Amino acid sequence: MGYFTSDNAKLAEEIMARYPKVRSALIPLLHLAQEQGGYVTSEAMQEIAELVGATPAEVLGTLSFYEMFKPTDPGRYQINICHGISCFLCGSTELLHHAEERLGIPAGGSTADGLFSLEAVECIAACTEAPALQVNYRYFNRVAPELFDEVVESLASGELAEVPPHGVLARVRQHIPVERAAGPSSPEVSETPVWLES
Amino acid sequence: MSLPEPIITRRFGIENSHTLEGYLSSGGYRGLRRALEMSPQEVHEEVRTASLLGRGGAGFPAGVKWGFCPPGVWPRYLVVNGDESEPGTYKDRLLMERDPHQLIEGCLIACYALGLSQCFLYVRGEMALAQERIAVALNEAYQAGYVGKNVLGSKLSVDIVLHWGAGAYIVGEETALLESLEGKRGMPRLKPPAFPASFGLYGKPTIVNNVETLSNLAWIIENSGAGFAALGSEQSTGTRMFAVSGHVKNPGVFEVEFGVTTFRDIIFGPQCAGGIAGGRKLKTFIPGGASAPWFFEEHLDLPLDKATVDQAGSMLGSGAIVVMDETTDAVAACHNLVRFFARESCGKCTPCREGTSWLESVLSRIMRFQGRLEDLDLLMDICDNISPGIAWPPKMTTICPLGPSAVSPVASALARFRDEFEAYIAKSTVAASVGRPRIPVAAG
Ligand SMILES: Cc1cc2nc3c(=O)[nH]c(=O)nc-3n(C[C@H](O)[C@H](O)[C@H](O)COP(=O)(O)O)c2cc1C
Ligand code: SF4
Ligand code: FES
Repeated sequence: MGYFTSDNAKLAEEIMARYPKVRSALIPLLHLAQEQGGYVTSEAMQEIAELVGATPAEVLGTLSFYEMFKPTDPGRYQINICHGISCFLCGSTELLHHAEERLGIPAGGSTADGLFSLEAVECIAACTEAPALQVNYRYFNRVAPELFDEVVESLASGELAEVPPHGVLARVRQHIPVERAAGPSSPEVSETPVWLES
Repeated sequence: MSLPEPIITRRFGIENSHTLEGYLSSGGYRGLRRALEMSPQEVHEEVRTASLLGRGGAGFPAGVKWGFCPPGVWPRYLVVNGDESEPGTYKDRLLMERDPHQLIEGCLIACYALGLSQCFLYVRGEMALAQERIAVALNEAYQAGYVGKNVLGSKLSVDIVLHWGAGAYIVGEETALLESLEGKRGMPRLKPPAFPASFGLYGKPTIVNNVETLSNLAWIIENSGAGFAALGSEQSTGTRMFAVSGHVKNPGVFEVEFGVTTFRDIIFGPQCAGGIAGGRKLKTFIPGGASAPWFFEEHLDLPLDKATVDQAGSMLGSGAIVVMDETTDAVAACHNLVRFFARESCGKCTPCREGTSWLESVLSRIMRFQGRLEDLDLLMDICDNISPGIAWPPKMTTICPLGPSAVSPVASALARFRDEFEAYIAKSTVAASVGRPRIPVAAG
């Protein structure tokens, strides 16, 4: 049996079919694996390597370049506090210290109950809403210490349903209906696009 | 100053602006319909006339770049750069979350004009809501016949594929973006020969454009390139989004007339950022994202015009204005920016990989009161090694401009606030001659 559930295996096929070269599906498939397991397991890497025709080392090489892929379990909620320049000017250092105290872990650590991990990250494109943070890539803006505590409490008690578990990004995926698809454009096929022909 | 009639943010006030229904009821897809009535060459010509400058950072005219695809080489691809990660930059995410159809329409227009037969929309991995909104928009657009096979019954057939990144600033650099899209580590390619217009995705001609750049196309085709060029200055036409963050009363993203609005208007204008918070004084501001050299009080009356700002020794970059008030610790701000580049260096070139982490480690020891006066020369020496002469625009010893970007905050802060560095060093507990710092462990 492979790593992916049968639903996800189907989704993987659908994703791969969109690209002119299957290797391009590598990052999307790593996201799919992380969504299924909360992090990317070595079984997942192995299976993805086979799917896209790469070696496991190549998969690991790509995965390790990108910050979002976690080869070990980061816990249910990944809290990323921005310490980029705009947030820094608006109090991210204090926020980070507060978070470390509240959670009892340093930036880079995880709580023992498997609920939270904390990281200081670079700019998350919310600079006018500083200091900003993300929980599993959902934004919280202008976060004062009190708001931080509230967020942590509601997450711990399961009241913040809008934040899905770690690994789940968009909850709606793109689906290209077969009858509407133009199809991938292979780099090997050199044809003038029909709409350019007069 | 009065704000112009907005172009690309005009739907931001509409509640369901991100849905097909909301889009159509506010004039959506009229630009595409109009384009399909024109010839592809006419559409391209209209964009040339608009003189639309790329909004991703380099500010190169889109219509001119489009002309660089070698004739007769097929297929050609469109890659949308939605990786927005330059510190201070916040506008592409808004465009993707609030008006995804406007971006999709722009992509279709570009594909039609240039014969691009597949489009990849690369959205930064951390932007879950933008990914969701674009997915919904694309699904709706496919169903309604706006995207895919025979768009609106025409001969245009093109798939738009939504692709998520996974967290790496350098992937915003266009050739690194293409590597990433090919399923590899996101490291920039050597140019030449790898200018995307001739050697891009899978080695084929590829147009890479920023989200904001493409979001302008629907309006331009509907209202004419000349109508767009009538706004702004001669070179910096139309309107443009700027994020004003940091120590201002009313931080926000403002669409203003390009080329004529001044820094003073946007930082102090009551309809914009409203001045410095708490009645304090301005110390310095970054005019165009972390990579840009800093500006000061004397630059406030310059217009947000590409040529003017370039000539004054900085750049408008990604439209990110970061304001610092008089209480800001210039050394700490400089360290913050340098740490970013050290962390995000992809490691391919020695001056950037080594230089940025050396800069970071020297700055952090100054801040820990472990610095010495020679460190200030050492900082400049490292900068000179990354980018000889420490000039603007920077001389390149590296494959991409990330390395030289780290020089900007150091050179700016040292030129203007050297006394603050010296004040740290005066409190240093280290004697002057303990030698050079240990080789830092590469960050990231
Ligand atoms: C280190 C680095 C990071 C960049 N990041 C981005 C980015 O996040 N988004 C973007 O559109 N352009 C970014 N650029 C600029 C792109 O390389 C490219 O010039 C741009 O996407 C072209 O689109 P435009 O002509 O429409 O501006 C970056 C460049 C460099 C050197
Ligand atoms: S300058 Fe830095 S980021 Fe750019 S290619 Fe070289 S090492 Fe990588
Ligand atoms: S600096 Fe924190 S969101 Fe940009």
